[in-house]
Amino acid sequence: MFLIDCPYCGEREQSEFKAGGEAHIVRPKQPTELSDDEWAEYLFMRKNIKGIQFERWIHIHGCRKWFNVARDTSNDVIKVVYKMGEKPPTI
Amino acid sequence: MTNNLRVKSSKFIDETYKISFKFNGTTYYGYKGDTLASALLASGIHLVGRSFKYHRPRGIMTAGSEEPNAIVQLHINTSRTEPNVRATEIEIYEGLEASSQNCWPSVNFDIGGINNFLSPILPAGFYYKTFMWPASFWEKYEYFIRKSAGLGRSPIEPDPDIYEHRYIHCDVLVIGAGISGIIAAKTAAKNGFKTLLIDEKSYLGGSTIYQNSEHFKINNQISSSWLEKEINEIKKIKNLEIKTRTSVAAFHGYNFLLARENLTDHLPLNQRNNKIRQRLLKIRSKKVINATGSLERPLIFDNNDRPGILLSSAIDKYSNFYGVACGEKNVLFTNNDSAYETAINLNQKGIKVEAVIDNREEVDSKLIKEVENNNIRVYKGYTVVNTSGYKRIKKVSIMKLSLDGQKIIGSKIYINCDCLGISGGWTPAVHLFTQSGGKLKFREEDQVFIPNKSFSDQISIGSCNGDFTLDEILSSVPKILKEFLNIKKSDFENLEVHSSFNKSKRNIWLLPSDKVIGKTKPFVDYQNDATAKDIKLALREGFRSIEHVKRYTTTGMGTDQGKLGNMHALGIISETAGSKMGELGTTTFRPPYTPLTFGTIVGRNVGKYFDIFRKTPIHDWHVENNAEFENVGQWKRAWYYPKNQENMHDAVQRESKAARDGAGILDASTLGKIDIQGTDASEFLNRVYTNAWSKLAIGKCRYGLMLNEDGMVYDDGVTTRLDENHYIMTTTTGGAATVLGKLEDYLQTEWPELDVYLTSVTDHYATISVCGPDSKKIISKVIPDLDLSNKSFPHMSFKNSKIDKIKCRVMRISFTGEHSYEINIQANYGKSVWQRCMEMGKEFNITPYGTETMHLLRAEKGFIIVGQDTDATMTPIDLQMDWIVSKKKYDFIGKRSLYRSDTIKENRKQLIGLLTENPDEVLEEGAQIVADINKSPVEMLGHVTSSYYSPNLKKSIALGVVRGGKSMIGQKLIIPMENKQINVTVADPVFLDKENKRLNA
Ligand SMILES: [Zn+2]
Repeated sequence: MFLIDCPYCGEREQSEFKAGGEAHIVRPKQPTELSDDEWAEYLFMRKNIKGIQFERWIHIHGCRKWFNVARDTSNDVIKVVYKMGEKPPTI
Repeated sequence: MTNNLRVKSSKFIDETYKISFKFNGTTYYGYKGDTLASALLASGIHLVGRSFKYHRPRGIMTAGSEEPNAIVQLHINTSRTEPNVRATEIEIYEGLEASSQNCWPSVNFDIGGINNFLSPILPAGFYYKTFMWPASFWEKYEYFIRKSAGLGRSPIEPDPDIYEHRYIHCDVLVIGAGISGIIAAKTAAKNGFKTLLIDEKSYLGGSTIYQNSEHFKINNQISSSWLEKEINEIKKIKNLEIKTRTSVAAFHGYNFLLARENLTDHLPLNQRNNKIRQRLLKIRSKKVINATGSLERPLIFDNNDRPGILLSSAIDKYSNFYGVACGEKNVLFTNNDSAYETAINLNQKGIKVEAVIDNREEVDSKLIKEVENNNIRVYKGYTVVNTSGYKRIKKVSIMKLSLDGQKIIGSKIYINCDCLGISGGWTPAVHLFTQSGGKLKFREEDQVFIPNKSFSDQISIGSCNGDFTLDEILSSVPKILKEFLNIKKSDFENLEVHSSFNKSKRNIWLLPSDKVIGKTKPFVDYQNDATAKDIKLALREGFRSIEHVKRYTTTGMGTDQGKLGNMHALGIISETAGSKMGELGTTTFRPPYTPLTFGTIVGRNVGKYFDIFRKTPIHDWHVENNAEFENVGQWKRAWYYPKNQENMHDAVQRESKAARDGAGILDASTLGKIDIQGTDASEFLNRVYTNAWSKLAIGKCRYGLMLNEDGMVYDDGVTTRLDENHYIMTTTTGGAATVLGKLEDYLQTEWPELDVYLTSVTDHYATISVCGPDSKKIISKVIPDLDLSNKSFPHMSFKNSKIDKIKCRVMRISFTGEHSYEINIQANYGKSVWQRCMEMGKEFNITPYGTETMHLLRAEKGFIIVGQDTDATMTPIDLQMDWIVSKKKYDFIGKRSLYRSDTIKENRKQLIGLLTENPDEVLEEGAQIVADINKSPVEMLGHVTSSYYSPNLKKSIALGVVRGGKSMIGQKLIIPMENKQINVTVADPVFLDKENKRLNA
């Protein structure tokens, strides 16, 4: 079980959090202008990489705030935690 | 058999405390401190079980948790019996009863033993190849396979014991209290770290504590005496907690570990009452020190599994620790110096050692010399090629090894014996290290995997790190600890160590035989009966990955997880396939390290504590009025209210009819309620619902569908505009938490610019729904001040009101199709308002109804239940709810997906009504719907989602989803059941009052 450093509350057990998939996938501003393929790209396609992955987490049983995490999927080591809206760090 | 093989008294055994126990029905005696295994061996019992596949007689092989053979059933009674207990771990207690597993009718005469002679037709993968086809036969085979191969019986009554969970936080956790662990715990604690030391045994000191040899000394004291003083010292340290009989089951990432603490299993039965039996420790440690030791390897040769064949180190422990001789004529077979320690020790105790057989050709050491000086014959460069003796070893045959170790030469020599100790060197116990994500490296010199890289703050020390000898341990451990704990000096530096151990080893994974391999039984995994032959067969059949070979041969898949033989399996694969050990990798070591009881895993979370349950403010009334309850998420909801021994069907029919004829009352407090405020609240609703919200007038209610971005229906409910910037949204009971989560997600991550605040108020309000033609009369009595005229208070509108000065919100909304009102009032007034409604409604025969009637009534009206009539593949269009999808809105969640190539297909499953040919025939929910039953294969068109007998329409009605169903109204379809087929007609899903006359009445 990980320890996650919530940017609002501090370090807590993973059981207080919920994962929300890959980060930095912005909802298109004008979905109706998109082709099926473009919409499918947003809707379905995810990187699922082995290595550093930027992903969304929510402190669901805490402050209920969403934030971003850079996690190494090969060993679960969390490199950086940063707030929503911030740019992904270079790692 | 009662011949006493207790040859020497031991300080670890209390001979003044005699304990009687039963094994396979016979009474034996042992002493306090004995395990079941040591007490049986003291009574001359080696044969304790039968092997899994061939039912070969098997004996005690080890003295620890790695035991593959001596697993027994403990039977206290039908609720406390426990299978798969290792005889080498269970401490005997007064009243202990145990029996062999996997044998029938008895361990001495086992019918399954015939498998041994059938073994040429039971190779690796036999079960896969034979019993998997035809698939339908599996059920028949399974019964017999399970009966003949069962590993123990489970209890048939609830577990009466108490278990609990406990969290521990510490600075340093030391796993294993052998010499390395003791040094580590003392070093950490003395330097101010809050330290926890854990060991699975009942005593501290590991294998060093019973070593009593002049060959191993620390500061001129025999190593065990030196260690004993250290142990006495650490027991006094305040910031050091010590837990024995505690086995670490799992080592997860981030230094989170689970351990099982055994508190009462060693106590006499009459001292266990009301005590916690086992405790699951959830440990979070800043630093972890693995001092888990090492396991002795067996040697792989023909018939290496007979009772009386033990690990050399086990024989050593039985004599030194328990004072028990495993045999009267011992032979030792080794590829390293360890077995000589055993030989010397047995000889000192007057236990006869016939010979030591050593793989190594030219080898000499102080230990070997001492053995030879005691007139014990040492055969250097020899190997055991076979053994004989069915229920106990009688003889070994040995032959000379060729120089390359691949062949045998010369003639056979036979040596009589009743016990054979084998030593194939040592394997570091890296299980926990790898569980935590640690990576291993292969050390060529002695063919061992040792810890390499890890991702958490941990270190491995001592023999689990590949330092096997006393001098290696004492020179490496203090240095590693200094660096790991970042301390300046250690008390354990510069100890004077004397160790006679010669480290040379001749590693041959599969020893050569004078027979072809097909005619031999060199066991690699004793518990699963996997031999070297099976592994070679798997490779011949094309398996290459170690994980595949493991599954095909079942090597390492027993309850012992192949602790003894996994390395040999790898070795044989690498030799046969010509690949390097280091490149082959290992199989995954999975938790738990040793099996856990279910009781420990669940702790106190049993029965009514299994999960929390939520009650509505009116719950007590339902209980008092005989309601049956159903679980909806965590809620207990009134399901129906049987009267005078009514069954469910009769109660629901009565309730359903009463609600349409007069009045019904429902506790709807469980519906999710979200308070939405902010200047952008209307805009927000526009984006999350499919229909338009900007123009909804204050005081009006609107039904909404919520989609996922993929266009599929996610939740539904009525939302009311309370004020300009204030709404109250209702959700389904089950969806309340996820809807709030989803809305918060969009607000925080996609539209942070919107000024909207969400608050869950589900628990703040009681919700009472009164429906039926008489509902208006009842509400006018409950709230006399309220103008209920259709003009002032039409369907889908809301009014603030008061009941006895208590504010409430009244909505005129309906989930039944009847004229109905919903009163929302502060939760603590819920029950009294409900009672008032009952009182005022008495003259109209107001009838409380539960969720089942609610479902029936809404089905008559064709209202969907999200999650019952939908399954995350249904769009609003599939549900024939096109009317609720705004064409004008530029965007809302899921809009773009409604015209993807897939969602616009015409033959998608669509919601329809179903009417049966026979109006009394009620369909089964989930039943398949087909058009042509003679076509092969039969094409499944859809399934029934909701089905009831409607007392108001006096016929069976159902909802279902059918491919292209929208255009099939009037068409006949078939529902094939086990013994019959039911003819149905596709109908409009609204069965009652399509014109909404009742709603607006
Ligand atoms: Zn937080």
